[in-house]
Amino acid sequence: MADVLNALVLLANFLIVPGLTYGSQLALGALGVTLIYSVLRFSNFGHGEIMSFGTMFTIFFTWLFQGWGLSIKPLPTALLALPFGILATMALVMIMDKTVYRYHRENKSSNVIFLIVSIGTMFVIGGIVRFAIGPADQIFFDGTRFIMKAREFKQMTGLSEGLAIKTTQGITIVTAVIVVAFIWWFLNKTRTGKSMRAYSDNENLALLSGIDPARVVMVAWLLVAALAAIAGTLYGLDKSFKPFTYMQLLLPIFAAAIVGGVGNPLGAIAGGYVVALSEIAVTFAYKRVVGYLVAEEHAPETLLQLLSTDYKIAVSFIILVIVLVIKPTGLFSGKTL
Amino acid sequence: MSFLVGENMTGGYGSADILHDCTIGVDKGQIAVIVGPNGAGKSTAMKATFGMLDLRLGRVMFDGEDITHLKPEERVLKGMGFVPQTHNVFTSMTVEENLEMGAFIRRDDIASTMEQVFDLFPILKEKRYQPAGELSGGQRQQVAVGRALMTQPKVLLLDEPTAGVSPIVMDELFDRIIEIARQGIAILMVEQNAKQALNIADKGYVLVQGANRFTDTGEALMANPEVRKAFLGG
Repeated sequence: MADVLNALVLLANFLIVPGLTYGSQLALGALGVTLIYSVLRFSNFGHGEIMSFGTMFTIFFTWLFQGWGLSIKPLPTALLALPFGILATMALVMIMDKTVYRYHRENKSSNVIFLIVSIGTMFVIGGIVRFAIGPADQIFFDGTRFIMKAREFKQMTGLSEGLAIKTTQGITIVTAVIVVAFIWWFLNKTRTGKSMRAYSDNENLALLSGIDPARVVMVAWLLVAALAAIAGTLYGLDKSFKPFTYMQLLLPIFAAAIVGGVGNPLGAIAGGYVVALSEIAVTFAYKRVVGYLVAEEHAPETLLQLLSTDYKIAVSFIILVIVLVIKPTGLFSGKTL
Repeated sequence: MSFLVGENMTGGYGSADILHDCTIGVDKGQIAVIVGPNGAGKSTAMKATFGMLDLRLGRVMFDGEDITHLKPEERVLKGMGFVPQTHNVFTSMTVEENLEMGAFIRRDDIASTMEQVFDLFPILKEKRYQPAGELSGGQRQQVAVGRALMTQPKVLLLDEPTAGVSPIVMDELFDRIIEIARQGIAILMVEQNAKQALNIADKGYVLVQGANRFTDTGEALMANPEVRKAFLGG
């Protein structure tokens, strides 16, 4: 019995908790991509850099607050700075929409042009971020490191395997739940949210119903800015902030959005967890887990690892291809909100 | 002059004119029906009164006011309701949400209007929490008409409301349309089922190639041998 529990704790510690954390970060990112897709009808390749921009401003404000000696221990100061990061990101997307996207909306540019324009914004924002904060790694986490330490868990339960939960992991999951609940409430219960869904469902009929497209687009961008800044900051807190990794995040985020069904918020969330858990599951070494479960003489000699962690990024690609071949509309049949 | 009238309308979507000096109108509490062969510009004529194409000549009058240069959204605010032929419901949203979106421009309490729509189409009350995309064709048309009624329009424009529904459902829909007209709303509709539509029409317009061919009461058009022979199949 203890062996089974040990195996479970081992899995929880190295697979489930990190998977849920990373999955929450991807889900929030994918939610932003999906919102833009369903309202503005293009794939926003700039999303990773918008996340990066939001995180950068959160870091700036964190430094400022740290300089003032402000602290909300045991929570990281970055949480205090996050609202300001969100505001800065909102300003960025508003400027971006006014100067870049509005022109293409008015000219009814095709989706491909929108997509390429978004790649342009990706490079510009990426450049600004690297110019402003530099390409180096920034660790901006402060506060208490662990909610539960492995040693404490061992003492508490008497098991030989420990379960450690980092503060950032706890914050990420709790924040993701709150944000997702808010988005669900907003889209399904508020007048503005419903009008966004209506606009996404049937643009012409929404116009006939007196829904103002400019307002819908603005609200969508503001939501996306908030989502991006939150997702980026959570990722940066949990790992570290390095501008380059945020560009790489684009692939798993798009994989998550497409796996769930583009344009479907529920799908984006599910997709985030699917991608994150499978990324970790196929690169995880099961040797010790199996060791607990089988008799000693059958204990595996190899690592029992499907793929080396170097191939982590390939996993999103593989999932993407499988989904596009087998069920192109994604798990939750996307297209509209 | 009629309550809503498009007078001597000439124009089209691009450079070529579809409508040629076409006049259609409808009065409060009346049902006006536009019939004619395929490609006669029936829908175009109706859309022209709703501002969905540019008129080169002619004007549109609504309640004594010239609305020729208003956008469709602005005409909705004035009191016009339009039900497109296709894509006329929000498929991913529930019936109730569809009606709510219909009333988007209203800031007052919409509960009583929604009750009226439910009284008119009882099936919608039953299905109020179901996505409109899951309903049958006839039920969808009811949602579409209900959505347009939510603004409490003075004029309702219907583009082939019975397209693709069974004859039984068609009769049912026509009954509902008569009921709406009795509430004092002007109804202008385009119909493929010319005979049935003219039967309930106070006024009928037979269009051919974007121009008025016959204009009379529904009854008179039904009795007119020329109209019967050419457009109603004898």
